[in-house]
Amino acid sequence: MIDFGFYLTPSSTIDLDKVDRKAVDDLARADSGIRTCIACGSCTASCTAGVFADTSVRQAILSVLNGRNEKARELLSSCMLCGKCMMVCPRGINTRHLILSIQKYFDGQ
Amino acid sequence: MAKNIIIIGGGPAGMEASARLDALGYTVFLVEKEKALGGHLARWDRLFPEGKPAGPVLDSLVGNLGNTKVLLESDVLSLNRLGDSFRISLSSGVSVIADAVLLTTGFDLFEASKKEEYGYGIYDHVVTNADVEEFFRTGGDPRIDNPQRIGLVHCVGSRDEKAGCRNCSKVCCATAVKQACELKAKFPAATVYCFYMDLRMFGRGYEDLYLKAQKEYGIRFIRGRVSEVSERIDKTLQIKAEDTLSSTPLRVTLDLLVLMAGMRPSREGTKVAKMIHLATGDDGFLSSLDGFGGMQATSIPGLFVAGAATGPKTLPDTIAEARAAASLIHEYLQKS
Repeated sequence: MIDFGFYLTPSSTIDLDKVDRKAVDDLARADSGIRTCIACGSCTASCTAGVFADTSVRQAILSVLNGRNEKARELLSSCMLCGKCMMVCPRGINTRHLILSIQKYFDGQ
Repeated sequence: MAKNIIIIGGGPAGMEASARLDALGYTVFLVEKEKALGGHLARWDRLFPEGKPAGPVLDSLVGNLGNTKVLLESDVLSLNRLGDSFRISLSSGVSVIADAVLLTTGFDLFEASKKEEYGYGIYDHVVTNADVEEFFRTGGDPRIDNPQRIGLVHCVGSRDEKAGCRNCSKVCCATAVKQACELKAKFPAATVYCFYMDLRMFGRGYEDLYLKAQKEYGIRFIRGRVSEVSERIDKTLQIKAEDTLSSTPLRVTLDLLVLMAGMRPSREGTKVAKMIHLATGDDGFLSSLDGFGGMQATSIPGLFVAGAATGPKTLPDTIAEARAAASLIHEYLQKS
């Protein structure tokens, strides 16, 4: 390939047209928490792993909704399943079940 | 002799107050500029939070009017004080002298075409909240043609200084979530997005509606204001917004965009207030005596206000204010 001396950065824009709706629907069937999150951030604030590595249930949910499944996996990779987020979630989401559901779903792909 | 009361505005507030004052034995003149009573309620299909049909609510308000003298298609030509009483002249040629006046002039919907960047009246598939109600009520709107990707934009003409509307219109969040569910029920295969800045689900049952929208209807809530809309050659709409929860710009293609037009001071209310020298606030809505104990009173003895004339209100708020105004007017007329 000819080196023109410059390159194009891919767009960082979220393109909802390209989101895999099936993944969201499948995951919502496994755990409705993927839909009922209100993005309050309690989970992220109480996360024991979050102090050391980028870990956030809120952001992971949002990443799945925005079609960034790889990012969702990364955000949950340091989770130790301690369950503190489950205790603070005001929507009563079973976050541990949701985290495992997300990991299992994308591991299977 | 029974005392006369003029009520200007035949929406829910005017009808409720008329019914109460009529039941107390007063002679009530209910003035309405349109051909029929009901105001915005008459053009609405279902009401939040439970989605109760608007028709029976309207019928019951009309049914309770009793001996109220309803004056339809009547523009107010003049309203002035004559000592302790008021004199009103109407376009129909009728003049009435009354002992008290209640202004229930309500609100106008924000003209969505003013937000040109959203393309209402320009693009083929952009409608308002009122259009959606009309669609459900009458069953037809060529702009709503089996859409599979639907977006609802909150705060159109609300919380927008540039559009001259700083106020929150209070009812649009719940209306948007209600309409999102209704559209999803009507078009089950559709993906439905709500673009919001804050979700103000303050009333009883509103949070339940929100949870239901997420869980049962799978509505996707995106925190971010739609910044621009453009129409593609195939008439689909390209939407740009920021997903502020991930601080990332976002785009999506839609087949239908619904603009949640907010509440503006009604032109009629502003006109009548000027005639009687009643002050309006910086926001343009009518000024009551104060926002707490004097909500239904004004600086003018014998002149009262109720409903959305003094700022955005829900239907239950409006009906409660109308009852409060009736009780206050009764008290005032007993003393005078």
